[in-house]
Amino acid sequence: MYDVLIIGCGVVGAAAAYALSRYDLRVAVIEKENDVAMGASRANSAIIHAGFDPEEGTLDALLNVRGCAMAEELCRRLDVPYKKNGSLVISFSPEEDAAIDRLYARGVANGVPGLRVVGYDELHEMEPNLTPDARKALYAPSAGIVSPWDYALAMAEVAVRNGTGLFLETEVTGAKKSEEGWIIRTNRGDLEARYVVNCAGVHSGEVHDMACPHTFDIIPCKGQYFLLDKSEGAKFTHTLFQCPSKVGKGVLVSPTVHGNLIVGPDAVNVPDPDDTSTTAQQLAFIKRAAAKTTSAVDYRAQIRNFAGVRANNSAGGFIISFGEKGWLDAAGIKSPGLTAAPAIGEYLAELLEKDGLALNPRAGFVDGRKVVRFKELSSEEKNSLIARDPRYGRVICRCETVTEGEIVASTRTEIPARTVDGVKRRTNAGMGRCQGGFCGPRVVEILARESGVEMKDVLKDKTGSYILSEKL
Amino acid sequence: MRDLIIIGGGPAGLAAAYAAYEKGVRDILIIERDAKLGGILNQCIHNGFGLHRFGEELSGPEYAGRYIAMLKDTGVEVYSDTMVLELRPDRTVCAVSAARGYVELQAKAIVLAMGCRERTRGAISIPGKRPSGVFTAGAAQRYLNMEGWLCGKRVVILGSGDIGLIMARRMTLEGAKVLACVEVMPYSGGLNRNIVQCLHDFDIPLYLSHTVTDIRGDKRLTGVTVMKVDDRRMPIPGTEMDFDCDTLLLSVGLIPENELTRQAGITISKTNGPVVFDNMETSLPGVFACGNVVHVHDLVDFVSEEAARAGSAAADRIFGKLPGESAVSVLTGNAVSYTVPQYIRDSENEKAVSVSFRVNKVMENVTIEVQGKEKTLCSYKRAHMAPGEMEKIVIPRVLLKNETAVTVAIKE
Ligand SMILES: Cc1cc2nc3c(=O)[nH]c(=O)nc-3n(C[C@H](O)[C@H](O)[C@H](O)COP(=O)(O)OP(=O)(O)OC[C@H]3O[C@@H](n4cnc5c(N)ncnc54)[C@H](O)[C@@H]3O)c2cc1C
Ligand SMILES: Cc1cc2nc3c(=O)[nH]c(=O)nc-3n(C[C@H](O)[C@H](O)[C@H](O)COP(=O)(O)OP(=O)(O)OC[C@H]3O[C@@H](n4cnc5c(N)ncnc54)[C@H](O)[C@@H]3O)c2cc1C
Repeated sequence: MYDVLIIGCGVVGAAAAYALSRYDLRVAVIEKENDVAMGASRANSAIIHAGFDPEEGTLDALLNVRGCAMAEELCRRLDVPYKKNGSLVISFSPEEDAAIDRLYARGVANGVPGLRVVGYDELHEMEPNLTPDARKALYAPSAGIVSPWDYALAMAEVAVRNGTGLFLETEVTGAKKSEEGWIIRTNRGDLEARYVVNCAGVHSGEVHDMACPHTFDIIPCKGQYFLLDKSEGAKFTHTLFQCPSKVGKGVLVSPTVHGNLIVGPDAVNVPDPDDTSTTAQQLAFIKRAAAKTTSAVDYRAQIRNFAGVRANNSAGGFIISFGEKGWLDAAGIKSPGLTAAPAIGEYLAELLEKDGLALNPRAGFVDGRKVVRFKELSSEEKNSLIARDPRYGRVICRCETVTEGEIVASTRTEIPARTVDGVKRRTNAGMGRCQGGFCGPRVVEILARESGVEMKDVLKDKTGSYILSEKL
Repeated sequence: MRDLIIIGGGPAGLAAAYAAYEKGVRDILIIERDAKLGGILNQCIHNGFGLHRFGEELSGPEYAGRYIAMLKDTGVEVYSDTMVLELRPDRTVCAVSAARGYVELQAKAIVLAMGCRERTRGAISIPGKRPSGVFTAGAAQRYLNMEGWLCGKRVVILGSGDIGLIMARRMTLEGAKVLACVEVMPYSGGLNRNIVQCLHDFDIPLYLSHTVTDIRGDKRLTGVTVMKVDDRRMPIPGTEMDFDCDTLLLSVGLIPENELTRQAGITISKTNGPVVFDNMETSLPGVFACGNVVHVHDLVDFVSEEAARAGSAAADRIFGKLPGESAVSVLTGNAVSYTVPQYIRDSENEKAVSVSFRVNKVMENVTIEVQGKEKTLCSYKRAHMAPGEMEKIVIPRVLLKNETAVTVAIKE
């Protein structure tokens, strides 16, 4: 019998687990994939939004601004790559100038700190690679960029270290009211808990309907991206939004926290919530749309394209409320869900406490996380690390300078890497310009050795994504 | 201060070391990130290396073995399993290894011989899903030839570069079914002998002017869509062909590996390699470059030749013999996509200079012309020219005496 079962280990489920792990509770997270952050939390713009976007007075606005304020200290504590680079919403016409002023007013009402409208000269000084059509902009110094999967992973790791259970490759298939709470059906058997928190992302509607009357629809909305080499990332400093207009929200151009450049997303509703394919047509659209902001991007330097699916919903905003007694939804967490996640986690804990769950501090709770990133060390630190463990002297990923020591370490954490993409998310090996072409085979070898399996049983990503077919 | 450091121990690095040794340099260090010397040759177990250089057909490892044997007893030092992380403009090399930790070494001369890397799916932007089963041909070759693993059973190959062609044959011989080789250009990017020996001999269809437009599969690859393209390389609706396959191999080009070169502030050319003088010196005096790091070669024999030039020029530099000051620029004219070198300086002891280049289309019965300010300086007949085959001409230096720039062009 659990006190709380969390369904879904995206950034929201992870934040809920992290918030609850401070308390003396029996908690577990149920995740259908073979790793955490396999849904929207790994395929998004990775922006910590300042909070001028959501309508004033809404829960979304409150949690967005609060989450943004939490990010810097949380990322420091959990050693998550984060940078407060500030964002600019740019206007390209007189009508958009007016919209910028309205956004400013909304941001002030939402309590966004430091907001300022910058004029033409200052704007072009801040970002020399804008097109001359960029007129003025709303500058939000509190906005930032983050490694989104690391954010989720770090919170989940600390939760697991402090006693939270994590059931991977476990899919929730049904729910039944029990005497004391809920019985949750999964492909691996039943689990019981007093409280259930539904953090199933784009599937949160289906999961809600397993237990509660149908009250909302998820409207999956796909967004595609280009990811470009660091040569392009170096051309910009801030996250550059286009002023939202009648035609749409526009696309953004932003450096990523790893130094690359991201360009996208579009927004197209799709019938299949798991459809993360990219299409030539939409990629071409994104290129055209981004050309309004800048003509300085050299698309020959692209290293990858990808897509994520937003859990847009018929209710409009985040759905965070009890759907039934003991059943708490954190459903339809669309953008800015990544930003809001840590605030959502704390808010969920508050709601559970109000409902009668006793939150007593957990004895011996250990917060924080430290990741060795060889590349970032000084020469002395590099040398003493190699002296202690020579595997840190063996570079496996040449594009991102990731060593064998780091890869081995990633297989020994609270939530160990088991797949090539799992290693990539934890260490950056394979994230660079050659996209694992060189280090992939070596990572497979290390994973096989460290997890004591055959090379052919090492997966690229999801269950079933085998790499090698036959030993000759 | 060391005399000579060579970064990369592939055929280019090895030949540069040998040439420098022959010219009298005794303090030579090769830094190689792999466990053994030989570079990409170690995974090329097919024959076809060394016809020009040694007059016989060797496998890749055999070819490398010849050079490794030549270096035996020369005292050339090798740091293997050592990765160079940084090159500074003062010719300091920062390298890391398990055995020696993080070291900084400065040298009188440096030879860059880092080879190249393969272009990936992202670089050519193939849309679709992102399942496993999409490999660069070189990665599949490494799995197969060095570790004994076949990475799939039903294969489509995108790109008709040499590595892809060789892998078509290799995987077929190992029991896989190669369904098609798909090439976006109207001609193959590989050597003609490879088209015949690797595709035709095994009845593998080659679809020219076609490309992969969709990738399917949520876990492992389940299929790809191939479409014909127009002359702007855009897919033509209605020409879709679906292939059920578990593997897509990409042989879509190689990119010289020049991160270190860029860091050092060395000028980069449109081949993505450093701009070089005829002695293979880069824009940073004392730093030389050769092999695939300068431009992609089809034949290792020419890599060795180019590398020998770099090694011997590095020796000159170490012994204080500096090249002439004035330089003739080599420009590209009709149908020529690049040249190496881009600049030619005076030389007292060399009567002729060789210039390598590629053309940007297939041509028959043409003349290569080297044009000076007022007239054509020399010309060379060719029955057949194709982008897949590197060309080389040798220009007598006397012809360049009164020129500041010459243009290499094709007269069709
Ligand atoms: C294109 C795009 C751009 C975005 N950009 C930003 C941005 O820049 N800034 C920002 O703040 N937000 C952004 N967002 C929003 C943000 O990514 C999401 O709000 C956030 O990741 C949602 O997290 P989640 O945990 O709710 O969902 P997810 O990360 O999708 O996690 C849900 C998890 O539940 C699991 N699950 C589902 N069903 C079951 C089941 N039956 N049993 C067990 N497990 C199940 C899934 O496998 C998944 O791991 C963007 C979103 C998208 C799609
Ligand atoms: C798959 C394939 C098939 C081929 N088939 C044929 C053929 O049939 N016949 C033929 O004649 N030619 C063939 N070639 C061409 C020829 O083999 C290559 O052109 C030649 O190997 C290039 O030599 P190189 O030394 O420039 O580069 P490489 O062989 O790539 O060597 C570069 C070396 O530098 C090292 N290195 C790179 N960066 C660093 C760093 N930062 N620190 C330390 N070390 C570093 C690498 O590990 C590598 O060992 C083939 C090439 C390929 C790729």
